[in-house]
This record gives sequence, C-alpha cells and structure tokens, in this order.
Amino acid sequence: MKRACAMLVAALLVAAAPLRAAEIPPDQRRSGYSFMGPDSKAMQDDDTANPGMLWVLDGEALWNKRPGAANNACADCHGDARASMKGVAARYPAFDKALGRPVDLEQRINLCRAQHQQAPALDYESHDLLALSAFIANQSRGMPITPDGDSQLAPFIARGHELFMQRQGQLNLACANCHDDNWDKRLAGAAITQGQPTGYPMYRLEWQTLGSLQRRLRGCMTGIRAQAYNYGAPELVELELYLMSRAAGMPIETPAVRP
Amino acid sequence: MANSLVPVVLLAAGTLAITSMARADTLVPYTVVGDGIPQSLTGRPGDAARGRALVLDRTSTCILCHSGPFPNVKFQGDLAPNLAGVGSRWSASQLRLRLVDASRFNPATIMPSFYRVDGLVHVGQNWRDKPILSAEQIEDIVAYLATLRD
Repeated sequence: MKRACAMLVAALLVAAAPLRAAEIPPDQRRSGYSFMGPDSKAMQDDDTANPGMLWVLDGEALWNKRPGAANNACADCHGDARASMKGVAARYPAFDKALGRPVDLEQRINLCRAQHQQAPALDYESHDLLALSAFIANQSRGMPITPDGDSQLAPFIARGHELFMQRQGQLNLACANCHDDNWDKRLAGAAITQGQPTGYPMYRLEWQTLGSLQRRLRGCMTGIRAQAYNYGAPELVELELYLMSRAAGMPIETPAVRP
Repeated sequence: MANSLVPVVLLAAGTLAITSMARADTLVPYTVVGDGIPQSLTGRPGDAARGRALVLDRTSTCILCHSGPFPNVKFQGDLAPNLAGVGSRWSASQLRLRLVDASRFNPATIMPSFYRVDGLVHVGQNWRDKPILSAEQIEDIVAYLATLRD
C-alpha cells in the first residue's frame, strides 16, 4: 500500500513537472507595458512626456556628427536613419561573419565607430551609446521583432536558453523561475512581468535614466545574488539573443518607460 | 615507489581535513530527523521579536515572496503561501528544516535554501560560501513563525 502510494506520488510529480518551466504560449505573451498603471502608460505613449525621447533626439544629433579621424558621420554612409535603420533593431543581436559570433546593437555601433569612423568605442550605459542605440531602435518602433535568421546563430540562442533556465546565485533562481513560471504574480508587491525585451534602451523610473537590456539583465543577476556578467560578455549577448527570439513578433516600443 | 606515494596520500588526507574544517566553519552541523531538525542550530531558543523584524526586513527575502499576518506592511509578495497559521501547520523542527533546505521536500521549489552553501552556481563574490541567513537568524525566525498560530 505504502509502495503504491509512493509510486502514485512519483507519477504525479513526473506528470506535474512539465507544467513548470514551460515556455509562454505565443497568445499569452505580454509586454511589460501591459503590467503598468495608467500613469506610466501615459508617460510612454506621449512623446512630449516620455523622458526617453530626450536620448532619441540626442541620438539624432550624434547620427550626423563626425566623431573620428575618418571624418565620417553615421549619416554619411547610412543616409537618413528613418529609412536605413527601419527594422534594424528588431533583428538584433545579429550574426557577425567576420567575428563568427552574434553582436548586439551597442556592439554594432562600436564596430562601426572603430572600422568606419576611426573613433574610440563608447562605454555601455554612456550617454552617447544610449542616445545612438535609442535613436536607431526608435526607427523600429511598432515593427515586430524579427530575429536574424542566420542558422549560425542557433548554438548561441541555445546557450542563451540554457542560461535562462539555469538556477544560479545565492538565492538559486533561474530567470525562468520568475519570468516563465510566475509572471502573473507579484514580488514584494511589484508585478513580475515576462521579461520581454520590447522597449530597450528604456527609461526606468527606478534608475531615473535610460538603460540597456544588459543593464537590466545585470540588475536581475545581482537580485538573485549571482555574479553579474561584465558588460559585453558573450553570455549577456546570448541571453539578449534568446530573449529576442522568445519575443519574436512582439512590437518594438523603444523608448519604453518602466517602473 | 610505494614510499614516494606516502607523502602524496598524507597531503591529500590533509587537504580533505582542511576542506571539511572550512565547511564546518561556515555552517553549524545539524541532524535531520524525519522531516525536521529537532535541535536548535545554536543550542539555544531563538528570539521571536528579532525573528519578526527579520521576516519583515526585505534583505532576509521572506516577504518578497510570502505575505503574512502583518496588515500594516506594504509590498508583500504572493509567490508563496501566506505565513498566517504557519506555526499551527508545522512544528519548530519542521519549520527549521524548511528554512535550512526546502529543496529536500521539493527539488523544484523556488524557496531558497537559507542555510546551505553547496550545490550553488555562479554565486556573486559578496555572497560566496555564505548562507543566506546565519544560524542565529534561522533560530529567531523559527521562534517567530512558531507564534503564528491559527
């Protein structure tokens, strides 16, 4: 009898397991926007109230500046960003054939600066890099996330998925424990959200500034008391890549506003 | 040949001894009996008032996930059961093991093991080889939770 009970419990546990850590069905995916109150939504919706638009405007000015020895502005090669940059942020990170690995939008901007402008790299979270990436991503606002289809990205996406599922840190939690399994719940009173990367770089009220997806990922890692990867680390790009593939089809909102 | 092995074996034995000493330094040893830890980790009963303060302090992480019978406290989580009546549902021994290592009962639980340092991955430098709560803090929280009776 005892043994039968134990077997039943084991069978139930096995049967219940797939219910956890399941990927979110496409029709249940929700942007962080939908978890916000009406005030924050209104702030994002109105370009004259959205603080992120200040970075977009600065980015437009930088687009036309010539920062390096090559005396080239972004605009000298790419022309009007409204046409040439439309949809670009919606497919990044993208595979770089020369490097043999994916690069995110910030890394692409810095590669362009090094190769075509002979200008020094901009640091992650520096005003100019945030401004340029916000301006470029803003050209994709409203467009569906459309991941780069290069088949050589597959192993990098798979590694990003593994990282997303891996428990880590002193609190021993995986991204998926909250953002796949408990996005309808509240952590200390705050909505957990699904972690969909639709609005980066985004203005976070908690930061009082614009920030990149890598900044957000590092913040979460510190929250679970894990060692945050350094800015630009391959693991962060792999996570960005997986998150964008997970959000395929969702519209870009840059610059989003979030609590 | 056989002689030259001796110092190696001794060295290995010495390293093992040092390792287990370091582990013992980090965590107080405890004995699981049934589904609990009957003995206090400190050998003394905890302080329920300090335990209440710890439960309500966000850095202990309890109320990030749990709500409880403290109506004036804002921003309680709803990821985990309400703590009201927890002292009626579990004995002090059971509460202690659930705090020390909840994953023993359910490997898929999201409740951290508050008094465990092994089996963790990629722990941040500031927290490496340290339990989330000290033995004293575990005892204080056990003492408080035991007072939350229906």
